Amino acid sequence: MIRFEDVTKVYTRGARPALDDVAVDIERGEFVFLVGQSGSGKSTFLKLVLREERPTGGRVFVAGRDLSSLSSWRVPQLRRQIGVVFQDFRLLPNKTVQENVAFAMQVIGEPRHAIRLRVPEVLELVGLDGKEKRHPEELSGGEQQRVAIARAMVNRPQILLADEPTGNLDPTTSLGITRLLDRINRNGTTIVMATHDDEMVDELRKRVIELKDGEVVRDESRGVYGSER
Amino acid sequence: MRAQYVLSEVGLGLRRNLTMVVAVILVTFVSLTFVGAAGLLQMQVGKLKDQWYGKVEVSVFLCPTGSTVANCASGKATEAQVDDLRDLLASDDVAPFVQKATFESQDEAFKEFQQRYPDGYDGTQLTADDMQASFRIKLTDPSEYEVVADVLTGRPGVEYVEDERRVFDSLFLAMNRASALAAGLAVVMLVAAVLLTTTTIRLSAMNRRRETEIMRLVGASNWFVHLPFMLEGAISAVVGAGLAVGGLWLGVKYVVDDWLAQSVTWAPYVTQRDVLTLAPALVGIAILLAVVASGVTLRRYTRV
Repeated sequence: MIRFEDVTKVYTRGARPALDDVAVDIERGEFVFLVGQSGSGKSTFLKLVLREERPTGGRVFVAGRDLSSLSSWRVPQLRRQIGVVFQDFRLLPNKTVQENVAFAMQVIGEPRHAIRLRVPEVLELVGLDGKEKRHPEELSGGEQQRVAIARAMVNRPQILLADEPTGNLDPTTSLGITRLLDRINRNGTTIVMATHDDEMVDELRKRVIELKDGEVVRDESRGVYGSER
Repeated sequence: MRAQYVLSEVGLGLRRNLTMVVAVILVTFVSLTFVGAAGLLQMQVGKLKDQWYGKVEVSVFLCPTGSTVANCASGKATEAQVDDLRDLLASDDVAPFVQKATFESQDEAFKEFQQRYPDGYDGTQLTADDMQASFRIKLTDPSEYEVVADVLTGRPGVEYVEDERRVFDSLFLAMNRASALAAGLAVVMLVAAVLLTTTTIRLSAMNRRRETEIMRLVGASNWFVHLPFMLEGAISAVVGAGLAVGGLWLGVKYVVDDWLAQSVTWAPYVTQRDVLTLAPALVGIAILLAVVASGVTLRRYTRV
């Protein structure tokens, strides 16, 4: 589903590469934790998958597409296969929960009846039924992240990327969010979650890819957060 | 869904940036009014040329008795000289430029004079001897005047060659200068309009940064992200163009139709119909301006 072939990314010429010769293969339906300190290259990894950035060297394949030869007008098609959630939720404050989720369908031109059908469905999936008319500021952090997940999933992407999705949340709420992601994963969506949250990683026992200074220093299935353990 | 969404976004954008949008409309209005004024002046020059150049002739005045011009030192033009000139005008070198050449003798000139001034000119009674014989030449192409003038000037018996167009040249020069001035101001204003449109679109893009970012991430196509901004620019520009057309239309109605055409009746004038002929060009310029401005801006501010 996602394959990195010896990928290197250098932002400014002469600087230390953000990713250095990374080779990773993520299968369809996998749940992968991407761990490592700030600046280890996690965000760059996700940006390359989204083709927000292009690799300096090597090749990136996502959902069967070679991103190095993907013309820029096809990028929107690629992104419709990928859902993304962020640490800071990135909801639209002037729209209700329902409208925030519907927005993702509106802007890719989905017909209204499809939106009316799909939005309640996905809100139920993330456990927000009954809060459709609320505005983001009336919701707790965990609920806001659920809205963001609903928005990411509403177009049924094959891949869900999560960049520190629990970074702003307390441990209990974080666990709820991660369980939700796990549930989405069981329905067949490939998930890549960049995180600092060691308890979460240890509890779920999924595949762990650890980056350090832009290099993959560990890649184990059913791994834990710290490599020393 | 798409159309509805795009239109509601456009409406929102226009309302949020109302002051800037009004500024864009006004600047576009003023600049296109200058463009239109320049265009109308050119049309006016064209109309006058069409009417007058068709009528004017090149006059070749022949030496009268007592002329002080060096070429006439030998006195009044002789019959032989007149015949030579007639042959010259019919020759292969000159004939293609000449549509029609007529000889006007002193007697004929006098008859014409008497008709025009039956009571004598300026209180003096003149005779046929005071008149000057001439060739009246209608040119195939009035702009080829120089060719004919060069051939005839200095020939024996020719006092001087006069192009009646010269009379109008100063008027046309003034009108061309006015239209160049209007065009110059129009260019300055158009630059201001482009800059202002650019700023407005940029502001609008900044206001909707969050929305556009999410649109990009969920895979909205480029045109879907850009269209509301482009439409915003285009709508303001077209409204400005509409005002300019309206302004010019009223200007022609009140200044030309109701005043100039009533007081100076011998010349043809631009009409309100001419303004409408010009209108598509003005709207076209407005749209082009908006497209250029938004193209430049969006490339930088809502990059995918």
